[in-house]
Amino acid sequence: MLVDGTGTFGAAAAPRRIGVLGAGRVGNAVARQAMHGGYEVAIGTAKPPEDIGLIVSFLAPGATIASAEDVIAGSDIVVLAIPLAHYRELSRHDFGGRVVIDPMNYWPPLDGHLPEFEGEEGSGEVVQRALPTARLVRALNHIGYHELEENALPPGTPGRQALALAGDDPAARAAVAGFIDRLGYDPVDAGPLVAARGFRAGLPLFGTRLDRGELVATIRRLEVEHTP
Amino acid sequence: MEIGIDSFAVLMPGPTGRMQTPQERMDDLMAEIELADRVGLDAFGVGEHHRAEFIDSAPTVIMAAGAARTKNIRLNSAVTVLSAVDPVRLFQQFATLDLISKGRVEIVAGRGSFVDAYPLFGLDLNDYDALFSENLDLLLRLREESHPRWQGRFRPELTGQGVFPRPAQAELPIWIGVGGTPQSFLRAGLLGLPLMVAIIGGTFRRFRPLVDLYRRAGQEAGHPPEKLKVALHAFGYVAETSERARSEAYPPWQYMMSSLAKERGWIDASRPQFDAMAAPGGAFMVGSPEEVAEKMLGASADLGGLSRITFQMSGASGNPEQMRRSIELLGTKVAPIVRQASAARSAAAAPAA
Repeated sequence: MLVDGTGTFGAAAAPRRIGVLGAGRVGNAVARQAMHGGYEVAIGTAKPPEDIGLIVSFLAPGATIASAEDVIAGSDIVVLAIPLAHYRELSRHDFGGRVVIDPMNYWPPLDGHLPEFEGEEGSGEVVQRALPTARLVRALNHIGYHELEENALPPGTPGRQALALAGDDPAARAAVAGFIDRLGYDPVDAGPLVAARGFRAGLPLFGTRLDRGELVATIRRLEVEHTP
Repeated sequence: MEIGIDSFAVLMPGPTGRMQTPQERMDDLMAEIELADRVGLDAFGVGEHHRAEFIDSAPTVIMAAGAARTKNIRLNSAVTVLSAVDPVRLFQQFATLDLISKGRVEIVAGRGSFVDAYPLFGLDLNDYDALFSENLDLLLRLREESHPRWQGRFRPELTGQGVFPRPAQAELPIWIGVGGTPQSFLRAGLLGLPLMVAIIGGTFRRFRPLVDLYRRAGQEAGHPPEKLKVALHAFGYVAETSERARSEAYPPWQYMMSSLAKERGWIDASRPQFDAMAAPGGAFMVGSPEEVAEKMLGASADLGGLSRITFQMSGASGNPEQMRRSIELLGTKVAPIVRQASAARSAAAAPAA
């Protein structure tokens, strides 16, 4: 399945509060770009909020700092910006049916080998099982964290970069499509979570700057080759 | 501003396309260190890797040989994989090196860009952060005192046994080598340790908020500004002309990036990418001596003042003749321009007598 994400968003109240779990490179970059797109942003980690205060004040000024629980409770969309190796630590949180974006990647050369990510399944499917209270959408995993700010363009700009998303809940996908658009990218909805198997490192769309037409064509090709 | 070279002692295809042998690479590396000293460069760094295409798994041994062949140049690790070494052994080696070199060695402690050391030494990658913090803590204690009482999770307790020898320098320099992880900048600032920032692509300016975070954390923790030194490690290569520098530096860079791309699932590196980073504003210090000097001064301005810039020149080492020429130009052409400009700047900044 493949639908163009633009225009499918808007039925429910538009999300305006973004919660970011993680204050590393990815978390701060997503926070900055989300604020640039007009969202309120809160950042939290497993550490006490005061431990990340200085980091956030320099790297994502304007974002609120809170505990992970409060960040989740106060957000319309939650972004998981932690190393994938630590995903199990997230399972103690109740996501209460919230839309949760999973941009995490499995990178054995840097993070070591994790058996549950060595199989056919995409990492997002494993993470969704670990977080049953989240409506997980796999997105933002195939663009570099610094490119997220550098490559953003207003809607309608010719050649605007496109970003893929996949998740099992259609309303959650629509919400994430709207978010991606406001970050500065054309969203391309690839369908259910299983489609995100085609987003992984080493496959053609990973790290490649594609516009919507090119991304749609690439995903179609990958669906034929990689989805069951 | 000091100027240095960092070499990862990596085996590359030579000018004929044949891979260098470990013996050839080691011989060339010794010659590079000697030449860098002779042309007056300030620092030479040796990497640490534990994989087939590198010959620098024992960097302190290489540095000892380098120290015996040189007079003035400072020798640093680039970087020491601190999480995967016993800090007592590390301190002993560097203290010994410091005596051999008469006070010219420095430790740059970091993660490194590969993780091969962890399985090799039976460590769990999940403990990486805890190991780094604990090992750094002990290393700093050993720098302060010869008989520390110390307890940690990963290493047997020290109950006052002595750790010898003491280094020649009153305070053996220990830098923190960082990539882009905010927490690492924060930690270095809080500890008041000098910072070696590796910027391997994009722009220098993008790292300014991280460097500001480091400086502020250091100030708030009460460290004097002169302790909060920032150095930059970036890809570099100098030739007589801009065009020549680019055409000679691109093939080895492409070779190294495409091997990494294969392993890490990146897309392959391309000439347009390379040219964008070699252009003004980009993070590669590649070009004619004047061009490179200007880039260095620009990088220093972008990052709020740098005390040292080190050139990542591992790729160029595949062609010893080009490597030799680049080191010479760096010492004889680039360094004078940069030193003059830095001196003029500090004179202008100093209050009138």
